[in-house]
Amino acid sequence: MKPGKRLSQFIVFNLFGLISYLIVVILFIILGFIFIRGFSVISWSFLSAMPAEGMTGGGILPAIIGTGCLVVGSILFAFPVGVLSGIYMNEYLKENWFKKFIRMMTNNLAGIPSIVFGLFGMALFVNQLKFGDSILAGSLTLGLMVLPVIIRTTEESLKAVDTSLREGSYALGASKLYTIRRVVLPIAFPNIITGLILSVSRVSGETAPILFTVAAYFLPKLPSGIFDQVMALPYHLYVLTTSGTNIEESRPMAYGTALVLIVIVLIVNMIANAIRRSYRKKLKLR
Amino acid sequence: MPEYKVETQNFNLFYGDFQALKDINFHAEPNTITAFIGPSGCGKSTLLRVFNRMNDLIDGVKVTGKAFIDNMEVNDRSIRVDELRKQVGMVFQKPNPFPKSIFENVAFGLRVNGISDRHFIEERVVESIRKAALWDEVKDKLKKSAMELSGGQQQRLCIARTLAVEPSLILMDEPASALDPISTGKIEDLIFELKKSYTIIIVTHNMQQAGRVSDYTAFFYLGALIEWDKTIKIFTNPTNIQTQHYVTGKFG
Repeated sequence: MKPGKRLSQFIVFNLFGLISYLIVVILFIILGFIFIRGFSVISWSFLSAMPAEGMTGGGILPAIIGTGCLVVGSILFAFPVGVLSGIYMNEYLKENWFKKFIRMMTNNLAGIPSIVFGLFGMALFVNQLKFGDSILAGSLTLGLMVLPVIIRTTEESLKAVDTSLREGSYALGASKLYTIRRVVLPIAFPNIITGLILSVSRVSGETAPILFTVAAYFLPKLPSGIFDQVMALPYHLYVLTTSGTNIEESRPMAYGTALVLIVIVLIVNMIANAIRRSYRKKLKLR
Repeated sequence: MPEYKVETQNFNLFYGDFQALKDINFHAEPNTITAFIGPSGCGKSTLLRVFNRMNDLIDGVKVTGKAFIDNMEVNDRSIRVDELRKQVGMVFQKPNPFPKSIFENVAFGLRVNGISDRHFIEERVVESIRKAALWDEVKDKLKKSAMELSGGQQQRLCIARTLAVEPSLILMDEPASALDPISTGKIEDLIFELKKSYTIIIVTHNMQQAGRVSDYTAFFYLGALIEWDKTIKIFTNPTNIQTQHYVTGKFG
């Protein structure tokens, strides 16, 4: 190899390496910053108490519970709908203009700004269907927002299943449905879980879609049904930093809230990853 | 017992506008092995897939003429394709075990049939693995994943999986082309052994293999069945000059 070429390779490789490290460094700076600022506020009472003293004291329990409700609600709606659509798209629908149209629309749906989902959710669920500001309306809005992610990951995971396995199943006299249930889905499942993880992370972190559909500014009690309003971590964070009663005094609470939100998302990711890994191991894939 | 296990009459198959099979007239007697040979794209795999209607999975396939198994027309409206496929087993080019345990792979076809009697399934699984000459190698690890087996073992597992459903006809699409010589030898011994109870059609690119295992050989070229006769005749004294060129390795 010519020395000039070797030098340019050296430079390019190191540049790429540096950029990769930089991403990790930036991530750690953000995490570290939140951790240092937020850690001092974290205590059992912060996690388990109602907010008090105009949100400069007390805890964030209703926001944690609220976010939990919204995650569960939106996934309960979006996961079955998304996975079933993905199965239909990949397994049943033939490659024609209609399928291309649906796929284009799904991609467009994924590109819509979350605030637009918020407005749509308010118009349809809150006003038209008269759900009011409620867990139901918020969950459906968030669910619609993550639907394309789930549909696309399901479709891609199914597409990745080797045709020879389907043929093997058909050749033994299995029907299409049996083949999907017993051969295709178990193999695709670990990858479908990836879509679920992404969705949970997005749902727990989004503010705009819940702004007009469910989120309460201050509500020191826990929800008793799906037609109740709730507080939610991202919105609570927004309130504490921009429009609380005393922004300066509630600042540490804001960092604490941010830390709790990040930790929850991390834990969910880790659990889902563990499920995925154990499943892969069971199937002996890769 | 019908005279012919498998038969086609003036059979044509089209992929859209492309004619992949041209006026095929072929039959095979019970308990014989027929080898389909010919260069890539000559239609031999396509014809193989006519008998268990695997071509149904491809869009835009049209057929004319007739194909029979035990005098029953495979494309007849009254035929249920899943029932047909239970009678006609298939082994593929690439070993394709399911990512399940060795036991569950062989039990798959039984469960498809709605059999849930554990005792029966166990017996049939063991019996099928034995018939596929795999028992000694896997008897201590039936619960282990089939993905841990070697390629040759996987292919014999796929044969066991096919045998478990008790088909009467077995289609093999280049079953040894992805395997090493030793595994290939084992598969060939097995095919020979299976002839006693089954009718077998095997597609192969390997002339020696066709010569070694088959009773009859059919040579295909550009979608047509050029010549078809006793294997010994095809390899020693073919009638057609194209066949002669192909089996002697002048083209293909």
